[in-house]
Amino acid sequence: MPDTRGGTRTGTRVELDDLADIGRGAAVLGTGGGGDPHIGGLLAGAAVRAHGPVDLTPLADLPDDAVVLPVAMMGAPTVMVEKLPSTDQVGRAIRVLTDHLGLEVTHLACIEAGGVNSLIPFVGAAELGLPLLDADGMGRAFPELQMVLPTVYGIRGTPMSIVDEKGNSGVLDTVDNRWAERFARSVTIDMGCSAMISDYWMTGAQARQALVPGTLSLAARIGRTLTAARTSGDPAGAVADLLGGTVLFTGKITDVARRTTTGFARGEARLDGTGPDAGSELLLEFQNEFLVAVRDGRTVSTVPDLICALDTQTGEAVRTEGMRYGHRVTVLAAPCDERWHSPAGLALAGPRVFGYESDPVRATPGPLPTPTEANR
Amino acid sequence: MRIGIDVGGTNTDAVLLDDDGSVLAAVKCSTSADVSGGIVAALSGLQHRRAFDPAGVRAVMIGTTHFVNALVEARRLAPTAALRLGLPATASLPPMVDWPERLVQAVSGRAYLAHGGHEFDGRTISELDEDELRRHAADMAAHGVRSVAITSVFSPVNTEFELRAAQVLAAELPHVAISLSHEIGRIGLLERENATVVNAALRELAGGIVDGLRTSVAGAGIDAPIYLSSNDGTLLDVEHARRYPVSTFASGPTNSMRGAAVLSGVHTCAVVDVGGTTSDVGVLQRGFPREATTEVSVAGIRTNFRMPDVLSIGIGGGSLVRGQGAEVRVGPESVGFRLVDEALVFGGSTLTATDIAVASGRADIGDASRVADLDPALVRTALERIASDVADAVDRMRTSAQPLPVVAVGGGSVLLPDHLTGAGEVLRPENFAVANAIGAAIAQVGGEVDRVFSIEPGKRTEVLDTARAEAAERAVAAGADPRTVEVLEVDEVPLPYLPGGATRIRVKAVGDLQLAPARREAVHA
Repeated sequence: MPDTRGGTRTGTRVELDDLADIGRGAAVLGTGGGGDPHIGGLLAGAAVRAHGPVDLTPLADLPDDAVVLPVAMMGAPTVMVEKLPSTDQVGRAIRVLTDHLGLEVTHLACIEAGGVNSLIPFVGAAELGLPLLDADGMGRAFPELQMVLPTVYGIRGTPMSIVDEKGNSGVLDTVDNRWAERFARSVTIDMGCSAMISDYWMTGAQARQALVPGTLSLAARIGRTLTAARTSGDPAGAVADLLGGTVLFTGKITDVARRTTTGFARGEARLDGTGPDAGSELLLEFQNEFLVAVRDGRTVSTVPDLICALDTQTGEAVRTEGMRYGHRVTVLAAPCDERWHSPAGLALAGPRVFGYESDPVRATPGPLPTPTEANR
Repeated sequence: MRIGIDVGGTNTDAVLLDDDGSVLAAVKCSTSADVSGGIVAALSGLQHRRAFDPAGVRAVMIGTTHFVNALVEARRLAPTAALRLGLPATASLPPMVDWPERLVQAVSGRAYLAHGGHEFDGRTISELDEDELRRHAADMAAHGVRSVAITSVFSPVNTEFELRAAQVLAAELPHVAISLSHEIGRIGLLERENATVVNAALRELAGGIVDGLRTSVAGAGIDAPIYLSSNDGTLLDVEHARRYPVSTFASGPTNSMRGAAVLSGVHTCAVVDVGGTTSDVGVLQRGFPREATTEVSVAGIRTNFRMPDVLSIGIGGGSLVRGQGAEVRVGPESVGFRLVDEALVFGGSTLTATDIAVASGRADIGDASRVADLDPALVRTALERIASDVADAVDRMRTSAQPLPVVAVGGGSVLLPDHLTGAGEVLRPENFAVANAIGAAIAQVGGEVDRVFSIEPGKRTEVLDTARAEAAERAVAAGADPRTVEVLEVDEVPLPYLPGGATRIRVKAVGDLQLAPARREAVHA
């Protein structure tokens, strides 16, 4: 994906070969959740092979009256790797909504840059020959439909379309975005726990206000950085630098405890420090994503900032369900989009929303303060 | 008595074990191109070392890398069709979509999609359409397909459609081999399907090899059942080996690790197998190799069947030693099988790890006088480098801060010191050079459950007990002595977003092979 922007404000073009980098970077932005981008990459690859490359439009280039439609997969990642989604499902999710709205869509968008949903919109864009916005609704991965910045800006998630692979489809219209999550979740389960949705349709003006700019090209840059850092040796450090974040900890997983409550796979992983972190312990609390990092009893980073675990050697993102005893991982924290730290943002996706009695702890670049400094 | 044979790429090793597991005789022969020749030579070699009555042999266990090599080299693969049941789902990513083109060609791969498949909770995606299957069968026949892999969506949850489709195809194509995905892989459609297609492509070759093994064992006058060792260290009877050749893919490293456990008497340990080019490090838990939990790529194909978790580093007896002083490097480049021509101690001109071992007095191979002038500092530094790289690999494979004993096997294990930093003492059991064959001979029989269970509140223990009992029953059905069956592993992963406490549970049980009584027990020494 050569950067052709230069002095003009033209977009970039995503070719087949760029998809793997985007998937690898999206796995990092998935902060342990968001599903395996592998299947998303295969689907996007199939669509790009059949219909050609996808044009990425920078958010800033969007006209006010553009009609923007995000498209995403909803359901259980474990189901998606077994009942593989179909590319035509993506196109149908879009058409069902545009037919209902009576609108002509001008741009597709990505609602979640982390995990599999970074790649699903490429399928629709290739198939329908529409440009895709280089932006998304959260700048990371979150588990629920209402947890997007457009909610903060009062943009309604409905009317939304939901379609399965059998040809069933529906349009939901709900009083608020939480109800959209609730109804869509029930329908998804009836559809076999894997559905395509199109929701949060918005105008160009709204999109420029509510979306996080540049996240797909950021994912591609993370992917390329990981590939390059494999030979130079410090993939996690290189990614932390790219994200303006910091490496929290390098160590080995010594214990993983899991439990299921309220539909989420909750759990915690303990890491024993190695190298410069020898003698310290990091506790990672996760639900679908990594949400809280506690070093030697002190909380060092929390949601909504990004907490990412990378395989120390290869730099590949480690997902929460892949956490296992003995795995060598490097944990980094990176700042999320600043708007998540607004009162409205925290009310939607702060630590308390996920059940942690903690104020948000911001990841800061550079070395962490020592405990004595922090306690002073 | 039982006989264990390991057919490696270069050597075929064989051991004769007493009923109590003690080694009566061991031999090493060259591997022959047709497998059978090496086995005949190994059996007569054993007979030569220690005369035994063939009628006293109660089982012959064979480990072979032949099947995986056939895939890697893309030779003798049968024209294969992949039939997937799941329409209208999954159509965009047809079978073999992620394969290297070379291998699709090698198996003359044909992909078919048909209706069928289940949801995660057992509901059907669509009903099976037998006419559709018959049309596909006719097309397969027209294209000379000789083996078919059938994969239905969520078949690990519900096997019904794969079984019914197999009946329909068998009626239409009576001479075609059929492989079913639920018998081969886990949840993860593409990976399970890939493994099944690979299995299907190897069925004809497997049949030929199994027949060859039977003939050569019978030719030595042995009338005992033959088993092949599998990836997880359990045994396959020959009929299963015919049907599931993929199950033998990783038996090499598995046999060597399990052999190390038996020889050393240590059942939870790290095993370092030092060969000519690489050292393979694996971890044994209660005598079985820890499994890789992620997808495993074989010849460039993503699969998800059971494989041991092995870390390979580029250090072996043939590793090149270069540089001076603190800059000394060992490996990863190696002279490989040319060691006997190129190493200094064999009259060559390349400084190898073997020369370092001889110069330090750890090994007595070749002509020691040819390395007498090596700089002692160079020798010391090279040995330290080897020790620290291996110690680091062992440390990476450890699963806790608990000390983990290290057992060294393989011809190159003389390169290792008696003590590894951070790991402790290095155990070097007797007969370490034939650990592979011993690992094959002591293999057990396994049974396994890997399914999504629905766990209602308060019913967790009950569900786990059901899964345990089912795994144990499967082990007994596979030939294990019920008195020896124990549950080895229980793995429980709750699935996010699914209702009804959906949890994926994997249970593995193993037991000793129930041996038929020998017709005569005596060993003629």
